[in-house]
Amino acid sequence: MMSNAIRNFNKYKYLLFELIKKEIKLKYRRSFLGILWTLLEPILTTIVLTLVFTRMLDWGKSSDYPVYILTGRLLYSFFSSSTKSAMKAIRSNATMIKKVYVPKYIYPVSSVCSGYVTFLISMIVLLGAAFIFKIKPTVHLLTAVIPLVLLFVLALGVGLILATMAVFFRDMEYLWGVILMLVMYTSAIFYKTEKVDSKWIFYFNPLYFIIVNFRNAFFGHPMDMQALAIAAAYSFGALIIGIILFYKKQDKFILNI
Amino acid sequence: MEDIVNNKVVKVNHISMKFNLMEKRVDNLKEYIIKFFKNELRYQEFWALKDITFTLAKGERLGILGLNGAGKSTLLKIIAGVLKPTEGTISIKGRIVPLLELGAGFDAQYTGAENIYLYGAVLGYTRDFIREKYDEIVEFSELGDFIHVPVKNYSSGMKARLGFSIATIVDPEILILDEVLSVGDAKFRKKSEKKIMDMFDKGVTVLFVSHSLEQVKRLCDRAIILEKGCLIADGPIDEVSKLYEALVGETEKKPKKKKKKKKKKKPVPKDIPETNVQKEAVAQDEPETTKKQEAAAQDEPETTEKQEAAVQDAPTTNEQQKADVHDAPETSEQQKADVQDVSETTEKQEAAAQEGRDNSEPEQI
Repeated sequence: MMSNAIRNFNKYKYLLFELIKKEIKLKYRRSFLGILWTLLEPILTTIVLTLVFTRMLDWGKSSDYPVYILTGRLLYSFFSSSTKSAMKAIRSNATMIKKVYVPKYIYPVSSVCSGYVTFLISMIVLLGAAFIFKIKPTVHLLTAVIPLVLLFVLALGVGLILATMAVFFRDMEYLWGVILMLVMYTSAIFYKTEKVDSKWIFYFNPLYFIIVNFRNAFFGHPMDMQALAIAAAYSFGALIIGIILFYKKQDKFILNI
Repeated sequence: MEDIVNNKVVKVNHISMKFNLMEKRVDNLKEYIIKFFKNELRYQEFWALKDITFTLAKGERLGILGLNGAGKSTLLKIIAGVLKPTEGTISIKGRIVPLLELGAGFDAQYTGAENIYLYGAVLGYTRDFIREKYDEIVEFSELGDFIHVPVKNYSSGMKARLGFSIATIVDPEILILDEVLSVGDAKFRKKSEKKIMDMFDKGVTVLFVSHSLEQVKRLCDRAIILEKGCLIADGPIDEVSKLYEALVGETEKKPKKKKKKKKKKKPVPKDIPETNVQKEAVAQDEPETTKKQEAAAQDEPETTEKQEAAVQDAPTTNEQQKADVHDAPETSEQQKADVQDVSETTEKQEAAAQEGRDNSEPEQI
């Protein structure tokens, strides 16, 4: 079965590539600045968040606050946009699914992948910001790869779960919007965790632990092993559940779209 | 059965397809959970296909005949791999090219050129292959400079032409045709027919669905008939087409009788797609009901209201009623008067009937 799946994937990997390309190409096709928005958007939102929260949360003199925000925001916005588009992937490709046989996972997977590509492009902004705010790279920067991989795994797993559920229950799309808001506020994007009393809430949010380690790598601290373990457990757990759920339900999709 | 050589390209093995028709569609979480706990999640089972078995040898051209709702499209979808059968297995050898609703898979924002790559990838072609064949596709589609225009600006004929050109750029082993031999304008149609004929000559295996028996006879050498999900005939085209003609002829002869039948009888549940044959059977069994009703109508005019109610359930009835009125030759003066009273109600009935006319029914009075 496994070798079968791999052979099938090989046959359709060009389709996966085409779908990823399509999503990236079409995203900015009609906009004047095109792909530049991938860079501009995080810069602008970071400026807004910095202006709002430096005063409000009494950040003090810490000069790297914009970079702190930017790291959290980039990771969160990838997670939210890719899970959202993966959730809608099956339904928005309904015409295709009804006509031609194609492994169905290819649609949510391509959504997450295309989101990841634009996410990696937008990392350029982070490098620029680090340069401006004089954050020196250290050896720890190399460990940034690990949270980035976990982030992809998590988004893929959650995306598959959502894609499956959204076929049967349209409400998921609204519900997920609310949950994402909760994720955003518990991800410590624009505040420091020291000031939070009830830290238990973070344990429900895998994204938080991913962001923690990404920041550690970026600001030159060693990796937080506990956070890594939790993030890995969540990510691979989500992926396994996602694959099983999707695999079990995929034959019923067509009856519901 | 005809050959023992192992050159079967399509093997359909006892497949059945069940659909769960939910009494009321539940597609939101709240309702689902409530119904789940109240144990109200009820499904009505509907077997679109029942125990279908046949095999196709390489080069055979199979026509699939059947009335609306007989399960033809479901069968094609299962063979194309889009649907998975509830029971049974199916094995396919070779590349399938489905020519169904050409151009349905295009992305409207993408230009024609980009869609060639995308749609080619969907059909499982490699990038190099598409690149190599690109010019040929564009040329065959006759789109010229339009190839660089987003597909959303295409006419439906242009879309179909492009879809056809992409899908037929390979020589498939198995070709699935669903009444698509009428693509584009006359010129293109000729060209596409020629291309399909070329494929026939190369020994492609064909599955063809059409309502035009004429076309099926011309293109196929074998046919099957589906009725209500069951395979009722399988054999050489001449025999099967005669059978089918008989079957269709039978259903076409009796529209009058059928109309009478339904009158007041309990409407058949809509979930079960009924075929004309079935209806006719019912109709023939009880043609006298209409008479009775007429009689009843004379005596007590208020029954018409009941009738109206009944009619709304069974939308097609109003015409029969009219038919009744015309048919009944011995109508007395008094009856006519009654009929006039009724006439306004029949108008309402007509309106009601218009909404949900059963389109599988031949419409003549």
